[in-house]
Amino acid sequence: MSLTADKAVKRPDGRTRVDRRQWTRLLAAASSGMRGRIGLALTAMVVLAAALGPFLAPYSPTQFVTTPFAKPSAEHLLGGDDIGRDVLSRVLAGGWVLLVMAVAATVIGLLLGTLAGVCAAYLRGRWDGLIMRSVDIILAFPTVVFALLLVSVIGPKLWLIVVAVGVSHAPQVARVMRAATLEISERDFVKAVELWGIRSWTVMRSEVLPNLSSPLMVELGLRLTYSIVIISGLSFLGFSQPPPAPNWGLMINENLLGLAANPWGVVAPAVLIALLTIGTNTFTDAVGRLAIGVGRGNEEAAAGGGVAGAVMLGELQQFPLDDTVVEDPEATESREPTVD
Amino acid sequence: MTESTDPVVRLSVDNLQVNLAGKDVDVVSEVSFSVAQGEVLGLVGESGSGKTTVAHAILGYARRGLQIAAGTVRLDGRDLLTLPPRELRKVRGASVAYVPQDPGSALNPVLRIGTQVREILTAHPGAVANVDDRVREVLAEVSLEATPDMLRRYPHQLSGGQQQRVALATAFALRPSLLVLDEPTTGLDVTTQRHVLETVRDLCATYGVAGVYVSHDLAVVRELARSVGVMYAGRMVEFGATQVIFDAPAHPYTARLLRAIPSVERSHVLEGIPGQPPRPGQRPEGCSFAARCPLVIDLCRQEPPPVVPVGQGGHLSRCVKATETILPPMPQAVVSAGRPVAAADEGRGMAVRDLRASYGDTEVLHGLDLQVADQSCLAIVGESGSGKTTLARCLVGMHQKWRGEITFGGQPLQPGVKARLPEARRALQYVFQNPYTSLNPRKTVEQLVEQPLGYFFDLPRSESRERVVKVLEDVSLSTAFLRRYPDQLSGGERQRVAIARALVVEPDLLICDEVTSALDVSVQAVVIELLRELQIRRKLMLVFITHNLSLVRAIGHQVVVMSEGRIVETGPTDDVLDRPKHEYTVRLVEDIPKIGAASGV
Repeated sequence: MSLTADKAVKRPDGRTRVDRRQWTRLLAAASSGMRGRIGLALTAMVVLAAALGPFLAPYSPTQFVTTPFAKPSAEHLLGGDDIGRDVLSRVLAGGWVLLVMAVAATVIGLLLGTLAGVCAAYLRGRWDGLIMRSVDIILAFPTVVFALLLVSVIGPKLWLIVVAVGVSHAPQVARVMRAATLEISERDFVKAVELWGIRSWTVMRSEVLPNLSSPLMVELGLRLTYSIVIISGLSFLGFSQPPPAPNWGLMINENLLGLAANPWGVVAPAVLIALLTIGTNTFTDAVGRLAIGVGRGNEEAAAGGGVAGAVMLGELQQFPLDDTVVEDPEATESREPTVD
Repeated sequence: MTESTDPVVRLSVDNLQVNLAGKDVDVVSEVSFSVAQGEVLGLVGESGSGKTTVAHAILGYARRGLQIAAGTVRLDGRDLLTLPPRELRKVRGASVAYVPQDPGSALNPVLRIGTQVREILTAHPGAVANVDDRVREVLAEVSLEATPDMLRRYPHQLSGGQQQRVALATAFALRPSLLVLDEPTTGLDVTTQRHVLETVRDLCATYGVAGVYVSHDLAVVRELARSVGVMYAGRMVEFGATQVIFDAPAHPYTARLLRAIPSVERSHVLEGIPGQPPRPGQRPEGCSFAARCPLVIDLCRQEPPPVVPVGQGGHLSRCVKATETILPPMPQAVVSAGRPVAAADEGRGMAVRDLRASYGDTEVLHGLDLQVADQSCLAIVGESGSGKTTLARCLVGMHQKWRGEITFGGQPLQPGVKARLPEARRALQYVFQNPYTSLNPRKTVEQLVEQPLGYFFDLPRSESRERVVKVLEDVSLSTAFLRRYPDQLSGGERQRVAIARALVVEPDLLICDEVTSALDVSVQAVVIELLRELQIRRKLMLVFITHNLSLVRAIGHQVVVMSEGRIVETGPTDDVLDRPKHEYTVRLVEDIPKIGAASGV
């Protein structure tokens, strides 16, 4: 509490424009802590490598420039892969597709999930039943199996994998958002607006949604982590870009055979994936902790307190944290190489 | 230090200071007082004054984020603050007992009452020879019969008053030397409150316990405590015998506080205290109250005021003018209560006939009839569970399950708000109880107040802004507030914004549901006066719902007394409060703690 309280107290007399959007505040606060900084640094490192990599790669990622499983040398810092391509070049070039896919899947999942969760909780009754039972059905499918099913029916299209992963996120997001919305829609300020006879859609958009920013932030990070893991796992299984293209997940698979000869072919992409998931997860963890810490000042607000209390007035959140805590970095990391 | 009285001093607190953990910012400091055997000290103050922090510190406890930085708390000569944790644990429960504010959350919901009381006895083995006898004994002391049936009940099977008595029994079970009570009667009905207070007083006297009673309610403290300490901004600003404090307060804050309290006996203009107390870390060099004090002189702002003895009997005041502070007598201006009742004129008024509301299959309102006359204020008073809030929700359309007839401005109202005409929705506005939850924290004051305008009128931007500014002016908020967010406002300011939001659409009738119950008395006074003034100036009809009879006296022209879903008495305010006819009203008026005729004036 004290952490966020101080931040808020420092605001000037209310004249100066303070950025009140909660998510920016939450992000700023999260990145100022140790945990958040580490997460951010790790993520930034991998994202930079993936984004700038294709331009920095010393060789073409698809040309045979050395012997299969060549040991690292001055020309080929990370050696050669299973058919003699430069591992470093492939690693640098093979990340951005994964990142873009993961982000897209996350966005799809969040949009669908938030829409479903907020509607279910706010509209109640029939809608709630309908939406949440559909959610239960989707939840019953394991994500990977669901994606594989779609891919084997329609074919290995990148967009399809993104949609499949996104849809498989939606139920989790919907449940969290539903719980948060249930709590918020009981607040008096929502009732006050309802008393003017405003349409439900408007109430959801203008009253409920702005108050969901902190659980949304937490979900965003969490789902991003999962997306990375699932999509790289699917690539490992070969359901992504077709073979000649460089891809971290696929590289691990290709180079497994030569693990003893040139481990870098496996280790480099695996480490990058691991760092990325650890990074996003650690940062999310920082955000999640703050979102809860923020919520802790409630007594003070109720008692007439001030700023400290108020920061959190919109806040909630037991659930996102639980979720975050359960998923510790080690688990994420170890899951990756064992996907097969 | 302050005793000129004879009995043995049990608790003496000296120079207590509590800081924000790890910082050099004090939340509470320089607090000294003592309590003698069998006496109760009342610790009063508004929210944020540090009274609960002091109460906790006496137990050697500091809330997370705080730490006890200095001072001593001596109980029977032993300093509790220097005890090692093991020793402290032995002392807690055995010689120091604590009764928290909300018994509902203090009792473990899965333990039976018997187990619960027994728990503390078995946690201190050897303290009591026969545990079962003691359980029976303490329950009898708090007027609960220790029948096997009672002992086997769970907390949720008891009423709020019974729960609080179980908490008291637990506290007294080991015959402690010190009992700390933190607003134990907040949330209880007046009659129950009276019983609990009597129990506390009797038990303290019988067993020679030193009691510390923390409360924001001065009337309660007056009934219970022998001496009173008034807290403000983390300092004890006045300390003295109860009688003296209430009759001749020496500190301007105490005096102002007393004038803000509505009286059930007389109707007088309530005088709030403008401004708000400084927060820890932002307290000024000089007197913390200087910014709000009507008697302030330059010296007050320069250095912290000394503690000055006033008269005899250990009366202390932290004020440079302590010995001369006499605020002008209380303004006696009486409200013109009992305004002509134009009940017959239903042109603009509201009439309710045979209103029956239910939750599920349970009927909770059993046929209510009432009228709100044009330009008058109808106060609806009742204890919790009387159905007054349900009534309000039926009127405004939030609770849809009712039968009967409500006419407003000559037109019948539909049950649900969505079925009503926009015109009816506009003319009938509602102000919520808790301003901390009724304003969207993501919107500025301007956006909040403008919002209903946008829905009900199609105004050009400049004109709607003009209206917002004007209505904020009406509730005494300057344009500087336009860009602020709710978290930058105090409780009183928030409630004024909520009122402005209701008024901006020019309603005919305003329903106020316990609008001051989340506010401090000094702020409550401001809000009540504001409502009264607005009601007259804007020719509003007001339905004012409250559990506080004193407020009814302050604002209501007509009063309706509710009990268990029925109206038991109705009439002009002064008639009903001075000459209550129904036994329920009689009891209600009798049981309410009174600040006493002697108080202000």
